[in-house]
Amino acid sequence: MALFNRTPIAPLDYTRRLWMRSWVGLVLLFLYLPLITLVAFSFNDSRRNIVWRGFTLDYYDKALNNASLMEALLNSLTIAALATLASVVLGAMAALWLWRFRFPFKAAAEGVMALPIVVPEICMGVAMLVFFAKIGFPSDLVWPFNLGAITIAHITFCFPFVTMVVRSRLTSFNREEEEAAKDLGASEWQALRDVLLPHMMPGLVAGALLAFTLSLDDFVITFFTSGPNTITFPVKIYSMVRFSVTPEVNAASAMVIAITVLFTTIALKLQSRMGISAQGH
Amino acid sequence: MAEKQPIIEIRNVSKRFGQMTAVDNVSLNIMPGEFFVLLGPSGCGKTTLLRMIAGFELPTEGQVLIDGQDMARVPPNKRPVNMVFQSYAVFPHMSVTDNVGYGLKIAGVNGSEREARVKEALELVKLDGFGARQPNQLSGGQRQRVALARSLVMRPKVLLLDEPLSALDAKLRAQMQFELADLQDAVGITFITVTHDQDEALSMAGRIAVMNKGDVAQLATPSDLYEFPANRFVADFVGSVNLFEGKLTLDEPDRASVDCPGLGKVYLNHGVTGPHGADVWVAIRPEKIYLHVPGDGKAIRGAAEDAPEGHNFARGQIKGMSYLGDITLFDIKLESGAMLRVSRPNISRHDQEDFTWDDKVSMHWRSDSPVVLLS
Repeated sequence: MALFNRTPIAPLDYTRRLWMRSWVGLVLLFLYLPLITLVAFSFNDSRRNIVWRGFTLDYYDKALNNASLMEALLNSLTIAALATLASVVLGAMAALWLWRFRFPFKAAAEGVMALPIVVPEICMGVAMLVFFAKIGFPSDLVWPFNLGAITIAHITFCFPFVTMVVRSRLTSFNREEEEAAKDLGASEWQALRDVLLPHMMPGLVAGALLAFTLSLDDFVITFFTSGPNTITFPVKIYSMVRFSVTPEVNAASAMVIAITVLFTTIALKLQSRMGISAQGH
Repeated sequence: MAEKQPIIEIRNVSKRFGQMTAVDNVSLNIMPGEFFVLLGPSGCGKTTLLRMIAGFELPTEGQVLIDGQDMARVPPNKRPVNMVFQSYAVFPHMSVTDNVGYGLKIAGVNGSEREARVKEALELVKLDGFGARQPNQLSGGQRQRVALARSLVMRPKVLLLDEPLSALDAKLRAQMQFELADLQDAVGITFITVTHDQDEALSMAGRIAVMNKGDVAQLATPSDLYEFPANRFVADFVGSVNLFEGKLTLDEPDRASVDCPGLGKVYLNHGVTGPHGADVWVAIRPEKIYLHVPGDGKAIRGAAEDAPEGHNFARGQIKGMSYLGDITLFDIKLESGAMLRVSRPNISRHDQEDFTWDDKVSMHWRSDSPVVLLS
């Protein structure tokens, strides 16, 4: 009988055991069921969005034609792009600084650097609100400069993540490679560009990805720093949900999920390719 | 013709890291075309000295001159020397060709000239055809050749090698020792190698500086270093040696005698420069001692042929034996209680059967074999 002819399960071959498989399945279900429901109901042909009434793409159409929702999405993407760029540059510089130099109170500096990660978001939000009000940050600039306050706020909590990721990547760097570059005639800057940066690249990509997603879906801090003309996507969704949860919200959310998944996939692809070529030694 | 100018001059160089003195007032002249080896145990300052030549460390005191020019204000990327690092430091994200061509690219050498020089360098280290490979597709030995080619392609005045063979397995190391020496012959560049391995140093070097605790203990050719060590540190570090404390009882221009409580009376057929009655050490290499079964001719006479009666002769019992194929090592307990190591070549296929544990043996050595050391 086929049931008894299969190869026996080895002691450490956990992935072939029924209980292990069911457990993994349950975990995945727990993680993804809400998301699957959200995406599924974005195709639901019903305003109430509680019972399945049939398939439709109407709400995607509606969401894409909702000017204020699209404006919010554009704001969010712009902020995320700017914040990511600035966070990667700042984060990489901070990581290099912490890795390269020895100076007094270095441990304290590292702690302070990680503070925005551990401080509760609500505190950061209030602090930002008070800060921008106190210094009188202009709120009536033209787009995209009116996003300045939110972008700055996002950079403050995004760049420490980049620093952490890049810092840990740097610990595996062989200093002799940098010395070899200099020995072959490279200046400090050329050595950084040709040897250190390629080594940091997977860390930079991962950090950028982290910063982008953190910025894109931040609600609390953004809520405190956004004005009537600077609504971001999560804030907009929140205000829509307060009236009613229509499939339009689902459709919009599904689109953001798609964007995030796309970015993550690209980043992981890039990273694995670089990971292979950065091995050796 | 005027005397040749040294390519590297190290003048009274010291290097301190905080409280620790890594290099202590060292002066060395290295001549063009030399294969120079810095030999010493770990922490003796040899790598620090090499890094000061390369420019990665600056001397606390003293001067480093390359080709007559003071290097105090010259950064590593402007020095006419190149280095092969202990980890090879091959750039992992570049192909072999890009690795070897990197220095030329920085120097602005482009197009067909760069291509030709990279190709030539790869042929020199026997890596032709490997240009398109990535470093992670190479073995350790091949990566080292890439590092060599990458430095040689720059046509440096001096090539610095930091423990070049330490990461290779024994067979490959032996092969690379010869290849490095051949390569140095072929390119005519001055090589300065740092190593802690005395076999490596002896087989490759033209001259060796043995370093100990930041100081040069002896500077000599390989055979002088081995046969005429200047002090106990060198005698012990280079090769293996039997050391016995003794008193100088006779010191004339053509002969000398040392009375060693451990070894007995040692006679030398040359003079040593030391005061009568001084405390000295006698060093004798294991392979320079002849082993006999007691009762053969020499044992009966109780003396070596070229020494007075009762000198250069000892009796003992074999306490330890290790058969190494080409030679057999014997640890012999002398009548004085001291231990003596003797090595014996296995010239015939049955030589190792001549002696065994607990055999009583007698030994003698020639009167030009022992070395008297004053420090």
